[in-house]
Amino acid sequence: MPGTLTDIINFVIQTALALVGLDYARVPEMLRIGAAMLIACAAMLGYVAVVALFFGWAERRVAGRMQARQGPNIVGPFGLLQLIADAVKILVKEDIIPQTAHRFLFRLAPILVFMGAFAPFVVLPFSETLVVSNLSLGVYYALSFAALEVVGVIMAGWASNNKWSLYGGMRLAAQMMSYEIPMGLAVLTVAVLSGHLNLRTIVLDQQGHWIFSWNIFRGFPWAFLGMFAFYLAGLAGSKRTPFDLPEAESEIVAGYHTEYSGMRFVIFYLSEYATMYVVSALTAVLFLGGWHAPIPRVLAWGGEVHWEAGPVLSALIGMANMIGKSFFLMFVMLWFRWTYPRVRVDQIVYLCMKVLVPLGIICLIGASVWALVL
Amino acid sequence: MVQSLKTDEILVNMGPQHPSTHGVLRCLLKTDGEWVREVWPYIGYLHRCKEKIAEKVSYIQFMPYTDRLDYLASANNNLGWAMAVERLAAIEVPERAVWLRVLAAELNRIASHLLSYGTFGMEAGAFTPFFYGFRERETIVSIFDQLCGARLTYHYARIGGVMRDLSPETAKAIRRFLDEMDRRWVEYNTLLSDNEIFVRRTANVGIIPADLAIAYGLTGPVLRGSGVAHDIRKAVPYACYPKLDFQVCIGQGLKGTVGDSWDRYWVRMLEIRESVKICRQVLDGLPEGPYQTKVPRILKVPANEAYVRTEAPRGELGFYVISDGTDKPWRCRIRAPSFCNLSILNRIARNCLVADVIMILGSIDVVMGEVDR
Repeated sequence: MPGTLTDIINFVIQTALALVGLDYARVPEMLRIGAAMLIACAAMLGYVAVVALFFGWAERRVAGRMQARQGPNIVGPFGLLQLIADAVKILVKEDIIPQTAHRFLFRLAPILVFMGAFAPFVVLPFSETLVVSNLSLGVYYALSFAALEVVGVIMAGWASNNKWSLYGGMRLAAQMMSYEIPMGLAVLTVAVLSGHLNLRTIVLDQQGHWIFSWNIFRGFPWAFLGMFAFYLAGLAGSKRTPFDLPEAESEIVAGYHTEYSGMRFVIFYLSEYATMYVVSALTAVLFLGGWHAPIPRVLAWGGEVHWEAGPVLSALIGMANMIGKSFFLMFVMLWFRWTYPRVRVDQIVYLCMKVLVPLGIICLIGASVWALVL
Repeated sequence: MVQSLKTDEILVNMGPQHPSTHGVLRCLLKTDGEWVREVWPYIGYLHRCKEKIAEKVSYIQFMPYTDRLDYLASANNNLGWAMAVERLAAIEVPERAVWLRVLAAELNRIASHLLSYGTFGMEAGAFTPFFYGFRERETIVSIFDQLCGARLTYHYARIGGVMRDLSPETAKAIRRFLDEMDRRWVEYNTLLSDNEIFVRRTANVGIIPADLAIAYGLTGPVLRGSGVAHDIRKAVPYACYPKLDFQVCIGQGLKGTVGDSWDRYWVRMLEIRESVKICRQVLDGLPEGPYQTKVPRILKVPANEAYVRTEAPRGELGFYVISDGTDKPWRCRIRAPSFCNLSILNRIARNCLVADVIMILGSIDVVMGEVDR
């Protein structure tokens, strides 16, 4: 299939090799794969950084709007460069490790957290052709790596040797036990409906007319309810208000990252936005038709108008749809954050275990019946 | 194997450097995981020897020090001190000054409750109420800037009157603010008071029964939240309050039990509305006349003693002053509402979650400047 990510990468490699006067065919296979992996990785890393930086800025602007104040507006147009300025400031800060901290685990924790936030990006499809790794167990891969982040946070909480940090870590442990189950159930609802765990295939299945072929409407009402369960659980997973207990600043100072400063703190900070993006993108892929546009490609007046975009254009349109949907869902997260208070630790467990789990089970059973009957 | 797993209660210091201990309060928590078994508040980090200072400076000079007791309600503190000294020295205050003092005190009460609204929301985890509360508080602060030239420590009431007369422009600005406040009040409730998460965080948390509240000597919104309709402005009327029409707001357990954190919060919200009402009446009924009587520069007060109680935003603020015929008080004892209100913390914050301790502390709404004095 022309226009796949592999093709693009190969093209980049060929061009680069041609520039230095080497023949692509004579480069060993292993090297070619290695180079392709590196380039894909760098591209995704760049994307994560851009998303995180953009939302670091957007969060402040949105917060400013909602709180009747300005937000960053001095550095660059609309304050867009504020985050760059902050990054430079933070890079030159002293790297402090508390004397009583477990030095190795203290250093390892942010890396694990970032890994957990970054790894799911590999399977997120941006369009029919643009996906780094088309894993057949894509959903499981994404969810399991997202769980790795929790390990990092608990590690940070423990290694800091600070009671508040420990509270933060333990809170996330309790939170994770609660939200992972409804999240899995909601994903299973979609898996039953479409019969796949491959994210790309799940989206391909939602192709059709209008928004009614998207999973939320196709599996109505099961996937519709499932989406809320997934999104809420994802919100808890990305530690956002109203579920930001592990870093509840009014209660436990800053939770697990109380002792972190400088670059290590920023890694936690960026990982949060990366996780938010993963949750939003997964919601878009699983329930909201992924890269499919909300307006049908085939307009149904005056006979069928066939219009096929070229591979590049359709990839771009798909990407725009996908990113648009994800960004909208992320905006909703910001909206929540600047509107709602925080729930209590027993309330989140109650919500997940006693509300979302039964809801998820009902959705799963309903979707199974749906799949059998239809 | 199970026996070898040891669980233990740990002691955690919440404060003096903590985002939601309202300054420099230190709470020692005995915690069992997330459960808090007991809380001991430790105070004294903001002690500035106010009462001793009072013995060393003259009656007139002590006025600015009262600004810094409850620094969120300096106009109310000024009022209390001025009344105490005037009673001792038998100074007659012009009627206009009395009304202006009440105007300042009620405006300050609104500002103080707005700040309490903001910080309480912040402690619940919502940021936006803080900015909303501060937006309106900023207007009040600017009004005070016009009125007396200061934004926080007003020093507005003076012995024998007030510092400056109310200009027509300031009166207009106050009226404009009061109209705006009516609209904003509804907005606050939509954002926070009726929010389901907020209600679940505060209703039935930190319940203070009426008898316990009285036994601990609680006053102000904390007492009224428990359903006791006791307000110094009504119980022991002073200044021009008898001529004004307002209600004493009490907690009714609308969202949970009477005397829970939500009730205390709600009493403050209702009091904002009552204060708006009072301010309007004061502006309408402001008598003409001088705003200051002649008071000797060195004010010698005959030997006597006086206890004057006023209703500050946080409760009964009492000045007990003993004079010995010189120009300095022989002894001054300040009954600070926050200090007494804080004493209940150890009693009600037991066997609750860490998050509840924060909400209880926030609903008691202490100002450390007043607790430590």
